[in-house]
Amino acid sequence: MRKHWWKILTTILLIYTFVGGLLFDVPRLNILNETIRALHFHVPMWFGMIVLLAISVVYSVNYLKDNKAKFDTVAIEFANVGVIFGIFGILTGMFWAQYAWGEWWSGDPKQNASAIGLLIYFAYFVLRGSIENEEQRARISAIYNIFAFSALIPLLFILPRLTDSLHPGNGGNPGFNAYDLDSGLRLVFYPAVLAWILLGVWIATIRVRIRKLELETL
Amino acid sequence: MIIEFIKKEFKQEWRNRYALNGLVLYLASTIFICYLSFNVRNEELSPITWNALFWIIILFASINAVAKSFIGEKPERQLYYYSIISPQALITARVVYNSLLLVFLALTGVFFYSLILGNPIDDIGLFLINIILAAVGFSSTLTLVSAIASKAGGSQTLMAILSFPIILPMLLMVIKVSKNAIDGLERSVSLDEVLTLLAINVIVGTVSFLLFPYLWRT
Repeated sequence: MRKHWWKILTTILLIYTFVGGLLFDVPRLNILNETIRALHFHVPMWFGMIVLLAISVVYSVNYLKDNKAKFDTVAIEFANVGVIFGIFGILTGMFWAQYAWGEWWSGDPKQNASAIGLLIYFAYFVLRGSIENEEQRARISAIYNIFAFSALIPLLFILPRLTDSLHPGNGGNPGFNAYDLDSGLRLVFYPAVLAWILLGVWIATIRVRIRKLELETL
Repeated sequence: MIIEFIKKEFKQEWRNRYALNGLVLYLASTIFICYLSFNVRNEELSPITWNALFWIIILFASINAVAKSFIGEKPERQLYYYSIISPQALITARVVYNSLLLVFLALTGVFFYSLILGNPIDDIGLFLINIILAAVGFSSTLTLVSAIASKAGGSQTLMAILSFPIILPMLLMVIKVSKNAIDGLERSVSLDEVLTLLAINVIVGTVSFLLFPYLWRT
């Protein structure tokens, strides 16, 4: 019970996110209207992705320091789940954009940046697939993972800020930035972020355990 | 030690001139193919196309040029380097050497390119600064990626897919600054982009300097 409290917390927070996110009252903003509810499902995907990929990088660094195979397993699984979160982030974003901007893909800087970010990790998976020797694979992919992550940071945090984005809160669009984020929205948004991050960690730890079992049965 | 190694690289390049000639010919023929495919007479290409096309050509030529710095090198020779020079010195020397090579290639490229496709550049000084920044950035990314690809079986395809997404943010900045230089905008307009480019270069350079020793040990 003491070990599993955070899983119970995740479940409760997720139920709260869905109920609160879909049913609570939301502010009526121009253009956004009811689609503002996407805030609780789209934005946390990116928080989740960044956290999961950061954990993956930390384990890659650990691998380079200690050369323990288990660190490599953790790194790859967290990267896997992080990329899944990224894909869901793009899909939920496109779904929302189709209502708010009238197009599935409008070449917004943030859309492009996230697509490039995913390309980096697809390249990471291809690199892993191309090396036979397990120790070599772990070491070389750890190096690429760290390199790729440090290239991803300027992409996600600096580049979209240099150009105007269609995203709410940018370029004069009404949005949920620091000034006009409604306190009612906050009440659901912060728990939602925590819930999605915890869910990602949960999935990743299960996958790590599956890998471990597979290795033991071999 | 680093300077000695750079001198050695220059000598080696000079003795195997066919590799350098091959690169220049590659650049010249790509430019000529573009010229014929667009079927243009002087100055008919719009500046946006001119700019994008130029940098795509330079990107591919750079990948080809830097690929040979680790890929295809004999294991015996790598072992020899391993015994006489520290990995930090080796990566620094290679990055510096490749930067110089890329500056040379880019200048040759500008010469051919503007000879047959016209020269719309207004602010040559900014354009040259941009070329130098691009060369340093490309070189520090591609040198490490070429080392990674050489450890992973050494295919050129792998080199390309690993480096494209990492180099993209850099390339976008470079294209933007270059467009400003072509339009002859005030230098202060490009300051933000130049600083970002510089920051990305510093990040990528430091990370490859730190990571290379781990790769070299394998």
